[in-house]
Amino acid sequence: MTTAPAAGDARTEAATAGEPADEPALRCTDLSYSFGATKAVDGLDLEVAQGEVFGLLGPNGAGKTTAIRAITTLLPVPAGKITVFGLDCARKRMQVRRLLGYVPQQLSADSGLTGRENVELFARVFDVPRSERRARVDEALTAVDLTDAAGRLAGTYSGGMVRRLELAQALVSAPRLLILDEPTIGLDPLARAGVWDCIAQVRAGTGMTVLVTTHYMDEADEHCRRVALMHRGRIRAVGAPSELRAELAAQLGADPERVSLEDVFRHHAGAGLAGADRPDEGGDFRDVRRTRSTAARLR
Amino acid sequence: MSAAPVPPLPVSAEAAAATGAGPGNATGTATLAAAPRPVELRLLLKPPPPRSSWRLVLARAGAMCTVELQKLRHDRTELYTRAVQPALWLLIFGETFTRIRAIPTGGIPYLDYLAPGIIAQSAMFIAIFYGIMIIWERDSGVLTKLLVTPTPRAALVTGKAFAAGVKSVIQALVVVVIAALLGVSLTWNPLRLFGVAVVVVLGSAFFSCLSMSIAGIVLTRDRLMGIGQAITMPLFFGSNALYPVDVMPGWLQAVSKANPLSYEVDALRGLLLGIHAHLGLDFGVLAVAATLGVTAASLLLGRLAK
Repeated sequence: MTTAPAAGDARTEAATAGEPADEPALRCTDLSYSFGATKAVDGLDLEVAQGEVFGLLGPNGAGKTTAIRAITTLLPVPAGKITVFGLDCARKRMQVRRLLGYVPQQLSADSGLTGRENVELFARVFDVPRSERRARVDEALTAVDLTDAAGRLAGTYSGGMVRRLELAQALVSAPRLLILDEPTIGLDPLARAGVWDCIAQVRAGTGMTVLVTTHYMDEADEHCRRVALMHRGRIRAVGAPSELRAELAAQLGADPERVSLEDVFRHHAGAGLAGADRPDEGGDFRDVRRTRSTAARLR
Repeated sequence: MSAAPVPPLPVSAEAAAATGAGPGNATGTATLAAAPRPVELRLLLKPPPPRSSWRLVLARAGAMCTVELQKLRHDRTELYTRAVQPALWLLIFGETFTRIRAIPTGGIPYLDYLAPGIIAQSAMFIAIFYGIMIIWERDSGVLTKLLVTPTPRAALVTGKAFAAGVKSVIQALVVVVIAALLGVSLTWNPLRLFGVAVVVVLGSAFFSCLSMSIAGIVLTRDRLMGIGQAITMPLFFGSNALYPVDVMPGWLQAVSKANPLSYEVDALRGLLLGIHAHLGLDFGVLAVAATLGVTAASLLLGRLAK
């Protein structure tokens, strides 16, 4: 059917899909978005390299979900603000969507359909040719280890299984950038580990870029190559988790082993708040107390 | 095709090392990581080729209809429960008024006259539910996920409208069978039945889009449920489903003329009973209404996506 070039070379295919090798998987430049008077995202600059697992961290209301909605072309954003593999999200909406796999925060699988039917739907809406639909759906189900449960209604699945099913739905279109919004929220520790295992396996097998939001700092520390700490619509720090921890440890004179990513976040959120939003209050009582309590916990 | 195994991308080795190196990884994932499943991801590396615009719309409509049929296959409860009301209308209202002979039907038994109206009514009730369904899909993340696929909003709405149509046709079939069992002499001409299906699809497309448009305006399920209740009965009573337009007061005649349900019923009567109908006008009005509905719902869908 399709004029397949040399036996499915991943990178040849990717290049034909409009993915220049030197472009980052995602680039946000001075991205802002307001809901009425509330600035949800306020001058966000972000760059995610091809093939990395990147964590966007922050508490509830930090602007993560708004940023994700802008990246996934759901919010109207001016041209030039977001590019995915070099494609402008505002101008090449459909082309960008073909590169994206998206799993929202809510459990979004259809409980009235079987696992297989859920994945089939996404094969259909991504225009997978009928001739390879079955094989592709099989592959996606295998990748998330749901082959045996594929014939059961998704309504009978456990939370972790539904998450893996949603992952399969996102994978069936061979996305280059997989976006996961709080993938482990509300799951028990074992199911969480299973979901992360799945993500790691798929990423290793396909080389796709993964952008994940979470407010579980420990998970980000463990599974993300780089993280960005977001607070009040802005990025407060970016880097590898170990680097960020080492930096703070050096600053506080603490044992790097005992500094967690949460401490890093606490530190940056505090400094950022005082510096950006209330310039006259820099180093006030609250700020000092926050720094001290962090330091006290670490020594 | 089996020639070259998938070349591992340069990042994969490093990522495997990174994920394996984490100290906490030893606990939960140990069992899974210890036995790496040989996952063959050959096809998942190739993005599927895009479709051209009109084929894309057809494909999306096909996808939405398939989902509707699959759901119905797993759980037929809705099909049966939704058959109760039309059956009661035909049995009680229909049989009674056939005896009373209060409504001028132009010589045919009232039950026969009523049957097409009840088909249109039950199709409309199904379609009106689509607004509530799309809000539910918004709240559960399904809609968001569909909107991130290469599916223009108009194609998504068209798909939903067609799905409503397919579901309505199945429902119409049930009502036709009930009517036939009650002795209504309907046509079995396949061409006319095909026409019935087209009319029902167009009508349901309009009513589902009306409902989805209202969903895009009011945005919450609770409000929409109230509005749904408030509009379905007036739409039903303000049409020729139960009685001919001629016996209505002037103001109601005007309402009926503006109500697409009247044209749907008129076409169904013409096709199923073989009585005089304005088929050309009916099809025209329904097609225009469905198109306007799709346009309005597509424009308002963005509000649900935010």
